[in-house]
Amino acid sequence: MANDKSSMQLITRGILSENPIFKLALSMCPAVGISTTVMNGVMLGIAVLFVQVFSSVTIAIFKNVIHPRIRIPTYTLTIATWVTVIDLVLAAYMPEAYAKMGIFVKLIVAFAIITMRLEMFACKESVNDSFWDGLGMGLGFMVGMVVIGFFRELLGSGAILGYDVLGFKPLLFFILPSAGFFVVGLMMAFFNWIEIYYKRSKGLK
Amino acid sequence: MMTLSNTKYIVLAVLGFWLAPLMVQAEGLIVDQTFKADNEIQVSFSGPVDRTVAEDINNYTVFEEPDPDIRLVVKSATLAEGGKSLSLLFAEPLNTAMTHVVTIKGLAGIEKTTFTVSKSYLGYLFGILISALLINNFVFTKYLGLCVFFGTSKKKDTAKGMGVVFTLVMVVSAIMSWFFYNFILIPYDLNFLQIVVFIGLVSLTVQAVDTILRKVNPILFNSFGVFLVLVIANCVIIAVPLILANNNYNIFETFMLALGAGGGFLLALYLMSSVSERMQLANIPPTFKGLPISFIVAGQFAMAFLGFSGLQIF
Repeated sequence: MANDKSSMQLITRGILSENPIFKLALSMCPAVGISTTVMNGVMLGIAVLFVQVFSSVTIAIFKNVIHPRIRIPTYTLTIATWVTVIDLVLAAYMPEAYAKMGIFVKLIVAFAIITMRLEMFACKESVNDSFWDGLGMGLGFMVGMVVIGFFRELLGSGAILGYDVLGFKPLLFFILPSAGFFVVGLMMAFFNWIEIYYKRSKGLK
Repeated sequence: MMTLSNTKYIVLAVLGFWLAPLMVQAEGLIVDQTFKADNEIQVSFSGPVDRTVAEDINNYTVFEEPDPDIRLVVKSATLAEGGKSLSLLFAEPLNTAMTHVVTIKGLAGIEKTTFTVSKSYLGYLFGILISALLINNFVFTKYLGLCVFFGTSKKKDTAKGMGVVFTLVMVVSAIMSWFFYNFILIPYDLNFLQIVVFIGLVSLTVQAVDTILRKVNPILFNSFGVFLVLVIANCVIIAVPLILANNNYNIFETFMLALGAGGGFLLALYLMSSVSERMQLANIPPTFKGLPISFIVAGQFAMAFLGFSGLQIF
C-alpha cells in the first residue's frame, strides 16, 4: 500500500475491488439479517461508516503510542467506544429506525471488517489516508447493503424506499428472513458469472 | 464429610428454591391457574364465586405480559364444580410460552382481581434453551456469526471442535457478563458502557480459556486452540450478553440461553459441515463454487428451521 494513493482511489477500492460484502465476504450477518429494505441498509450503512471512519482515524492518530502486543484489545476497545456513541445517538434521535435494526447496531463491535481495516491499514498509514480508506470501506458496505435491500424490497414487497412501485408483490418469499441467504448467494454467483464471462471474452482463460 | 441425610436436605433446599416462584403466585381468592389446552385457561378459586359475574365475558381483560395493548378475546367463560373452577376459552390459540395477565372485574365484590398465568419455572427455563437451540437458532433465524459459520463448516471435525469451544466460551462469558451487568453496571448506573464492558469480558474469557487450556490439557489445546482466535471476532458471542441485558434475565435463564445459543451454533456448524463434505463430491457450476452455494444451502437450512417456530415441548 503505497502512500501515493489518492483519496479517490482509496474510496473506489472500498466500493468495488475490495467491497466488504461481495468481495471480502466479511460482515455477512447484517447483510443477510436485516437487509429487507433499502432504508435499513442505508441506516446500518451510516452507522458502520461512522464507526469505521472514526476508529480508523483514532488508531491512525495514536498508532505510535500503541504497543504492538496489546494492539488487538486496543482496537476492540476503540471500536466499542465509537459503537456506543452511534448506538446512543441512533437510539435518541431515530428511535423507529433503531428499533428495526435491533441488536445489529450494537453488534457492529464484532464486525470483522472494521478490525481488519485497522490491522491492515490504519496502524501503518497516515491519518489522512486512513480517513479515506475508512470512508471507502464504509461506503462499500453501505452500497452492498443497499443493493441487497433494493432487490429484496422490490421483489418482496414491490416497493422501493417504502413507495409502492410495482403495485403488486412479485415474490413475497424475498421479504422472509431466510431469503437473505438466497439473495446474497445468488448475487455472489452473479458477480462470479460476470467475472468469468469477462475473463473469457478477453481470452484470458 | 457429606452424609446421606445432609444431601437430602440440600436437594430439598434446591427444589424449594426452584419451586419458590410457583408458590408465591397463588394467593387469596385464586388458588390455582394453568393453561389447559391451546386456547383455554383454567382457574380454581378458594370458594364458590358469583356465577353472573364470572360467566360474563365482558368482565375479563387478558393480555400477554410484554404487550398490554393487545387484548386477547375471551370466547366463553364457564364455571364448574359448584362455582369453584372456571375455564376461560379464547377465540385464538394462546402463546403459552408467554406469561398472560388476567384481570377480572367485580369478582367477589372486589373491583379488580389480577393474576398471571404462566408455565412452571423449570418448563420456562427449558423453553429458553429450546428456543435458543432451535426456534431462534442463532445462525439460521437470527443470522449471527456467519463469518465463522461459513469459514469453519468445511469439515465435520473442525465444526465439532469449533462448536464445543464456542459453547464453552459463551457460557463462561455470559455468566461473567451477567454478574458484571447486575452488580456493577446497574447499581452504578453505567448501562451506557454495556458494549465496552461486554466485549472486554468476552476477550478476557477467550484469553483465559486459551491460557488455562494450554497448561491443563495441551492435547485438547492443540486441537481446539486455533479456533479460539476466531471466537473474539464473532457476533454470536457478544450477542448473548446483549440479549440477556435487554431481557433482564436471571442467572438460570442466562445459563440456559448461553447453553442453547452455543448448542445451536454447534448444531448449525455440524449440519452445514455434513452438507459441505457431500458438496465436495458434487458437480457444482463454476459460478456457484465456494461461497454462493454455501449461502444457498444455508438458506435452505434456514427455511427448514422456520418449521420449528411455534414448537412447544413443555
